[in-house]
Amino acid sequence: MAQVAGQSAPPSTLTLVSAEGRRSLPTAMVNDREFVALDDLAAAFQLSVRQEAGAITVTYRDATIVLTPDQPLASVAGRLISLPAAPTRSGGRLLVPLEFISRALAPLYDRRLDLRRPSRLIVVGDLRVPRITLAHEPLANSARLTLESTPRTASTVVQEGNRLTVRFDADALDLQIPSVASQGFIQALRLVDNVTLAIDLGPRFAAYRASTQTSDSAARLTLDLLSLTADATGASPATAAATPSTPSTFGAPPGPADPRLFGQPPLTMRTLVIDPGHGGDDQGVRGPGVTEKDLTLSVARRLKSLVEGRLGIRVLLTRDDDREVPLDRRTAVANNNKADVFISLHANASPRGGSGASIRVAAFDAEARARVGQPSERVAVFGGGARDIDLVIWDFAQVRHADRSMEFARILQQQFASRVPLDRRPIGQEPFKVLESANMPAVLIEMGYLTGAQQAQLLQSAEFQTTFTQAVFDALLQFRERLTASGGSR
Amino acid sequence: MTAAKRGRAIAWPSGQTLAIGAFVAVAAALAWLLFVGLPRWFGPEPQPLAAPVAADEPAVPTRRINAQLFYVGAGGVTLVSVEHEVPYAEQALDQAREILHAQLAPPDPPHASAIPNGTVLRAVFLTPRGEAYVDLSREVVTAHAGGSVNELLTVYTLVHALTANLPAVSSVQILVEGREVETLAGHVNLQRPLGQNPDWIQ
Repeated sequence: MAQVAGQSAPPSTLTLVSAEGRRSLPTAMVNDREFVALDDLAAAFQLSVRQEAGAITVTYRDATIVLTPDQPLASVAGRLISLPAAPTRSGGRLLVPLEFISRALAPLYDRRLDLRRPSRLIVVGDLRVPRITLAHEPLANSARLTLESTPRTASTVVQEGNRLTVRFDADALDLQIPSVASQGFIQALRLVDNVTLAIDLGPRFAAYRASTQTSDSAARLTLDLLSLTADATGASPATAAATPSTPSTFGAPPGPADPRLFGQPPLTMRTLVIDPGHGGDDQGVRGPGVTEKDLTLSVARRLKSLVEGRLGIRVLLTRDDDREVPLDRRTAVANNNKADVFISLHANASPRGGSGASIRVAAFDAEARARVGQPSERVAVFGGGARDIDLVIWDFAQVRHADRSMEFARILQQQFASRVPLDRRPIGQEPFKVLESANMPAVLIEMGYLTGAQQAQLLQSAEFQTTFTQAVFDALLQFRERLTASGGSR
Repeated sequence: MTAAKRGRAIAWPSGQTLAIGAFVAVAAALAWLLFVGLPRWFGPEPQPLAAPVAADEPAVPTRRINAQLFYVGAGGVTLVSVEHEVPYAEQALDQAREILHAQLAPPDPPHASAIPNGTVLRAVFLTPRGEAYVDLSREVVTAHAGGSVNELLTVYTLVHALTANLPAVSSVQILVEGREVETLAGHVNLQRPLGQNPDWIQ
């Protein structure tokens, strides 16, 4: 059995949320991977653990999981699954990778087990634990907070002195509170209980305006925090019960810049996320006189400057310096910022030849498409009745945008055709990790090959980079028009 | 017994003893001639680079099969299939191991391999559902030249080497040093088994 080679970070915890309440589940970092003690899992999930003949047998009711020492594999009720690491031992305790919960335990457990790593939650059973995405947008004389709940969750906004509270009709919240620039409107954001977010108000706050917009699967609560100089006429400090189906305004109609309905046609393209591939120790392709990580960052900065300056939309980079960013975090930047388009920039290499640019979109097999295509699940709620749960599976978030992504890829191909040399296979679908979790149209562009001196020189030239970014800009413009004209959802 | 009698018995063997000794000497000479001398004088030239044959190995010649191995095509963006003899194995798992050993070996010119130099097969597992788990040494990552095309060629070389030759294998997941990995070079998701992709075969 693998021994602990080094604990690289202090222990952390997960929160287990169930109908019985909440409890902490400690975790430990071993070789940069998160582990959980098997005896803690046994206590939390009524498991029995037995070690014999070099194997570890975990039993839940009549089902067994057999772990083999030194192997990152487990037999789950006779079915072999892979784990990211083998079981290990620390302080006399057996540890298993965190993924053991979702891959080995969840298929056997008689209640739904939902491991939500970003928010450090394990949701046990059919509880209402909506994901809340919180975004802050500073405006000239006001500040806007948007809280998008998935699945759709009703909320109530109340002002109590110097704070606003937003209470969600749920059992718990899956919420990560970002740091926001105060600008005098917000002093702090914090959870006051399992389902209530408190906004501590700053000295510039005078009134607020709330509105809720809903789609089948999500609700978006918009809170405009207004100053005395802003148009706060009629803005009500009174309790605002925002119902899920009826957009509500308080004293004033929603401003012209109201965010679009989630899942509804975008009024325009608002946010673009550009991902300069690789970075830090991950240099990508090492071509003559240039590395892929430097080239992608250089082109990404050019593209950002061009799009921001001429299209006037928000453009974010997943990295703006030379550092390594995990693939999931790159996609999370796009998802958390509600990007409308995600572009990952790369440069290619081949053991033999190869030249020209290519565009790739994510590929999914029939099983993945079927999983995403399943209808909403109806679950019981407190106080009677039922509601439809329509969760987006992180690993397959791109599935429902596959057609739009291919549409954007074809536009890019057309724009490149006369300006940028193209690969023999200019367009295609591949199982690219960075695209699969993107919850918006997403493409990966290989600008060319760095394995030949001539091409490497071309890709580094200002002339090529100007032409390339102009072609991408023109494609974005055309795609935006196509989206608006089609009236379809993104 | 006198001292003279003892000395004669030791120094002068009897006629019967002499006959037996002569017979043994002739038999030994014949045996040497038959098993050493003749093969040495008239046998094939020794192969200096041939591996020594262990005494307990069976004398029967190894049965071989033709397997399809995959190498990078001339354009650099596809794989071509090349027939190659590999040892036959009764069990699918052993056959998978033989095919992978052949696929990981440096190819004969003019073929070029998409597998990074120094990559070694650590283990292979097959599941009843047709998934093969191929555990490779760290060189498959550390010696990889990067680039999505390069990475796709590496991955589908292994996927096709097993799925094209073994009906029992329908998909392949690559492990590195015994662990699941996200990608080899930052692009292709290796956290689930991958099936054949004919787009990459010429």
